[in-house]
Amino acid sequence: MTIYKAPLDDLRFALFDVLGAEHTLTSLQGGEAHSRDLLDAVLEEAGRLSEQLLAPTNAPADAEGCRFDKAAHTVTTPKGFKEAFKAFAEGGWTGLTNPEAYGGQALPGVLGTATTEIFQSGNLAWSLYPLLSEGATHAMEQHGEEWQRERFMKPIVAGRWTGTMCLTEPQAGSDLGLLKTRAEPGAADAGGHPTYRISGTKIFISAGEHDLAENIVHLVLARLPDAPEGSRGISMFIVPKFKVGEDGSLGARNTVAAGAIEHKMGIHACSTCVMNFDGAEGYLIGKPHKGLAAMFTMMNAARLSVGVQGLALAERALQNSLNYARERLQSRALSGPKFPDKPADNLLVQPDVRRMLLTQRAFVEGSRALVLYTALQTDIEHRAIDEAARQKAGELVAFLIPIAKGMTTELAQECTKEALQIYGGHGYIAENGMEQFVRDARIITLYEGTTGIQAADLLGRKILQLQGVGARHFLQEIGAFCQQHGADASLRGLIGPLAAAAKEWSELTASLAKRVQANPEELGAAASDYLYYSGYVTLAYLWARSVAAAEAGSQSAAFKQAKRDTAAFYFARILPRTLVHKAAIEAGVATLPAID
Amino acid sequence: MKILVGYKRVVDYNVRIQVKPDGTGVVTDGVKLSANPFDDIALEEALRLREKGVAEEVVVVGIGPADLTAHLRNGLAMGANRAIHVVAADAVQPLTAARVFLKLVEKEQPGLVILGKQAIDDDANQTGQMLAALWDRPQATFASKVDIAGGKATVTREVDAGLEVIEAELPAVITTDLRLNEPRFIKLPDIMKAKSKPIDTIEFGSLGVEAHDHLKTTHYAAPAKRSKGVMVKDAAELVAALKQKGLL
Repeated sequence: MTIYKAPLDDLRFALFDVLGAEHTLTSLQGGEAHSRDLLDAVLEEAGRLSEQLLAPTNAPADAEGCRFDKAAHTVTTPKGFKEAFKAFAEGGWTGLTNPEAYGGQALPGVLGTATTEIFQSGNLAWSLYPLLSEGATHAMEQHGEEWQRERFMKPIVAGRWTGTMCLTEPQAGSDLGLLKTRAEPGAADAGGHPTYRISGTKIFISAGEHDLAENIVHLVLARLPDAPEGSRGISMFIVPKFKVGEDGSLGARNTVAAGAIEHKMGIHACSTCVMNFDGAEGYLIGKPHKGLAAMFTMMNAARLSVGVQGLALAERALQNSLNYARERLQSRALSGPKFPDKPADNLLVQPDVRRMLLTQRAFVEGSRALVLYTALQTDIEHRAIDEAARQKAGELVAFLIPIAKGMTTELAQECTKEALQIYGGHGYIAENGMEQFVRDARIITLYEGTTGIQAADLLGRKILQLQGVGARHFLQEIGAFCQQHGADASLRGLIGPLAAAAKEWSELTASLAKRVQANPEELGAAASDYLYYSGYVTLAYLWARSVAAAEAGSQSAAFKQAKRDTAAFYFARILPRTLVHKAAIEAGVATLPAID
Repeated sequence: MKILVGYKRVVDYNVRIQVKPDGTGVVTDGVKLSANPFDDIALEEALRLREKGVAEEVVVVGIGPADLTAHLRNGLAMGANRAIHVVAADAVQPLTAARVFLKLVEKEQPGLVILGKQAIDDDANQTGQMLAALWDRPQATFASKVDIAGGKATVTREVDAGLEVIEAELPAVITTDLRLNEPRFIKLPDIMKAKSKPIDTIEFGSLGVEAHDHLKTTHYAAPAKRSKGVMVKDAAELVAALKQKGLL
């Protein structure tokens, strides 16, 4: 059984002290009421819900898993999931960030990111059901027609129904241009809305079938009969599990059903389905052939949420490994006993154990600052009064998303590994709960675009294609920060290396761009290392900002000291990893010869 | 019927309590504070009585410094109709708290006062009993079940010998035990609604209550660390060692 306490102090520190979120949020359109006391109360209650209702289900639900009934095509979720989802829906959490007009709470996206971390730490597999629903509501919000939002979005916001995103097919994964699911025009429904008949097979559909809600709304990518080849011929459709009448009442069962659920390495309690569409009735959402573009407008939010999953798992793993290191008595400190009255010292006296803990802390708290920074920019992008501010924030978001997703999920692998390692052999025993974090974490570098896809997006699209406009904003911000704090005694030892790293980052980017121009293969050879390189410098900046914020903040002396210590550790022992990645980038494609 | 609920803010039950270096108290700066768990149960019971139609109004009462507002908002978000904040810079002892409640009872005329059986900071377990005595009304302490009907409260109490059922004429004072109920989760819309619910602020000084500290605190100290044990060979050596320590 593992512990979990919502890290409210650090969430508040990152939100209000490091990022100044209260000032930003209250100055946005519709943000007048989003003061710190309101946000605090929401965080507090999210913590209570996750600690009491979700966290205890994490291990038993993993052991129990989802059960599939082949004859009825139904999925039974583990014990406690229904109750938790009901409490979650009744509490209004399903509509946290949705507009009030559709029954939502219209709270800021950055608050949604913070509470999502808390719920994902409680039970990642459970949290995927509401997460997919949230994605579906945002798709309808942005691309749906008013009647579609009334009929299909409102019940999801209220938590009566859930949603899915049906993209992947057996032959079409990272390359959605290969997808084959067809949509044939059908008759108009009773309300005169044109319908389509959707046929095909979708795989890896999270929450595709379950028993938490009375209906499931699938958002499906498919091809119209006249569709062009490739990714420019994909449209998006709403396909409900049960057909829905004009008045919102549930009608006949639609011809869409789960054919199987996957047996996976982790997130056992998430129902990951093969979905068969057999002439299922659906409605076009958005314009014909523009489905992929529509799906991609939600991709930023989905990718950020997966980044948060890395942070969420790493946070809980850290809490448990720290606890274990404090209580486990083995051996003596190298310099002599520290707890002479005990049979042995605890693990914290071992520098190597502290290395593993500090690595986790540096990544967890750094990642938290990164995802919240990105989420706050998303709020600015959508709701700033000033048009220029909106555009700049949008460019920053586009640039940071592949880093927030790719880096945070990869660091979570290292964090959960180190957390397990601290337990020694006991970490390998299922009962202690640490191996579940390692297994659950493994999916997050894969779904919503693998790390390789994030790296290609960062270097190929955000840096080269968009000419690094977001990166320029970010580097300017780092430069301004270094200037402002150049003389601060508290940041001595940090500003110099940060400024040097930022300079090297932009030089490395420029020289790499030249090489890619000469040989496009260089892009693929450098992308992953470029992602890591960028990630480590980004976290260095956020750690320096955290130290500056701690100096000015009202936290306890111990909290501030921990921030300073972890930042110093990060700069001394983690930031130098950029050297390795720089060398790899410069080694080029020549070191990756053809393999047959 | 109106129900008054005591809603005290204490150091959160998860916090490892630390004594201040100068021994004047425990560290509360930068420490998580939350509602006394017994008071959450008291509020939950009051809300359930309101939902059953037994009561019309639930009022949470807090005694404490100016920053107690956020804590009272929490009680309002849970469902109380309004809050009363008695502003007092220093912590009050049970008798003073009971006198404050008596003043509020005279003003508000509640049919029922529900308090936690004790607060987890000083574990005094006195305020409810003192209030009942000062008010000269019945008390039903350590409640694990409450039924209200016909102007009477039928209360199951957790006592040393097991459970005891008593009846108390209303108005009365009930204090809650752990098993009375499980406090609800707060709903998001209610957090927002709580912002506009009224909090009446009353200065402690204006109540005419004498803050009589009948307890004097000399100093606080952490319990002494356990020293290392010694192994004895046999029972005789054990007896000798105990005698030597004057324990036998």
